Amino acid sequence: MRTISTFALIVSSAVLLAACSSTKLDDKANAPVQNGASNGADTRTVGTVNAGSVDPLNDPQGVLAKRSVYFDYDSYTVKAEYRSVIENHAKYLVAHKDRKVIIQGNTDDRGGAEYNLALGQKRAEAVRKALVLLGVSDAQVEAVSFGKEKPKALGQDEASYAENRRADIAYQ
Amino acid sequence: MIKARYLTSVAATALAVAGLSFAPASQAQIRFEITGVGASQIPVAITAFPGEEAAPQQITSVVKADLARSGVFKLIDNGDALSDSSAVDYASWQKRGANALAVGSVARLADGRFDVRYRLYDTVAGAQLSALSIGAQPQLLRLTAHKIADDIYQKLTGIPGIFSTRISYVTKSGNEYRLEVADADGEGTQVALRSNEPIISPSWSPDGTKVAYVSFEMKKPVVYIQNLVTRQRSIVANFKGSNSAPAWSPDGSRLAVALTRDGLTQVYVINADGSGLRRLTNSAGIDTEPQFSPDGGSIYFTSDRSGGPQVYKVGLDGGSPQRVTFAGSYNISPRISPDGKTLAFISRRDGQFQLYALDLTNGQEIRLSDGNRDQSPSFAPNGKYIMYATESGRRGSLAVVSVDGRIKQRLTTQAGDIREPTWGPFMK
Repeated sequence: MRTISTFALIVSSAVLLAACSSTKLDDKANAPVQNGASNGADTRTVGTVNAGSVDPLNDPQGVLAKRSVYFDYDSYTVKAEYRSVIENHAKYLVAHKDRKVIIQGNTDDRGGAEYNLALGQKRAEAVRKALVLLGVSDAQVEAVSFGKEKPKALGQDEASYAENRRADIAYQ
Repeated sequence: MIKARYLTSVAATALAVAGLSFAPASQAQIRFEITGVGASQIPVAITAFPGEEAAPQQITSVVKADLARSGVFKLIDNGDALSDSSAVDYASWQKRGANALAVGSVARLADGRFDVRYRLYDTVAGAQLSALSIGAQPQLLRLTAHKIADDIYQKLTGIPGIFSTRISYVTKSGNEYRLEVADADGEGTQVALRSNEPIISPSWSPDGTKVAYVSFEMKKPVVYIQNLVTRQRSIVANFKGSNSAPAWSPDGSRLAVALTRDGLTQVYVINADGSGLRRLTNSAGIDTEPQFSPDGGSIYFTSDRSGGPQVYKVGLDGGSPQRVTFAGSYNISPRISPDGKTLAFISRRDGQFQLYALDLTNGQEIRLSDGNRDQSPSFAPNGKYIMYATESGRRGSLAVVSVDGRIKQRLTTQAGDIREPTWGPFMK
């Protein structure tokens, strides 16, 4: 049994080798003579590769352009409507192990600076955990908080408060 | 002997002022404290110090402003200028309503310094209470005046004065944040740190030479210590996640901090040089805003382990934390008085964030402020006043209230948006 399979391996290897070498020979033999005059293909038109647009991260119309997760008042759990935002970034980060993100948690400006810092961290941590559960490496993501110190909206009204109850995904 | 005489004199002053019946000298100070403004203001006359008009800083105007602001003195108007060498007619000053009299002189010395002399008399007892002679550089004349005010406060109330202490706070104008240091009256501001990112939670070292704070200059909260004189900065805590809420141990060797390196915000203790990190609290939620008790043996902190934020206390050797605040559903920013008996904190009630004081010996609570966004309380080192941040319009300013709530003042000399005050220690 063992002798036969060994023999079979040798035979198949030999066939493969033969095939390879013959293909190479054929390639050489059949290689067309490159001649602009006799060939109709246009070799002078240059195709543009846009290095920026290769990375879907930089597509302003792409799914990765959405990088904010909003939270309800006094809430620190990711709402269903923001699952897709997190999933899209998780997919990208799993495929790009060299990329790192910082999740920046924020709160509205009511209450103490330090307690709000801890609440903003709770939001950032919720997003960080969701990313890690989707396969993103711990080393790729850091959760930090800005608390109420860097508000995006400056008003003292519900719309402004809601805008500031937010975690942002910031690529490094 | 001197001590005994001064205590007797304080008792005499308090009795004369408040019209109280006889009390042992040791109780006079306590009684004086609780009688409050109005009933207990000590009438004191400060005469002009001959020679002060030639100095760059008028000493007596600073002394008078300090004493008036404290709320415990009634300044007796007078147009007199008495030097420290003048003879004092006790009876006539008593007749004018002054139970104490401060006199002095200012003279320029050959080396450019000023010789400031002052004497304090108890006109009721007919005795000298104090005498000081200070050689001061011209730029230190304000400090000299504050020291005289401290001495008057101490001799007449038995409580150390805080006029020569300093405060630190954060200002914001446009995109610029500044950590500033000023005299306790808000004058003489100096910039310790300038940044384009937020600065929060400054905290004076017990020896007054350094301030620990949280800076966002690295796009995340990191805890620094800065030497105010040498400008030397060092990072105390820059772990993965957020680093915040530094609080010094009473001996200045360690800090309690809030870190998120292990998940949500928890309290840790770390040496001032950044070594020896040790986790102190262990909850599934938020534990933050640690403060050492004055004996250094335990830590007060804010925790949401029961739902909303409340103040807890835990021994530095571990053990299970004990809840300290119970009234209200949102109690944050615990600060403990130097004698360990009073807890100041911010409570949200009916949507208003206000300053409260809880007497830890009997559980009695009083509200001390009436703003709607008050925060960041900080005790004066003598434990008699609390400074806090308040908002008027959209602007932050600083306010001071006595721990009994009777004396209130606002620091209005500063321009701009001010927050996060911390009151510095007594300086040697």
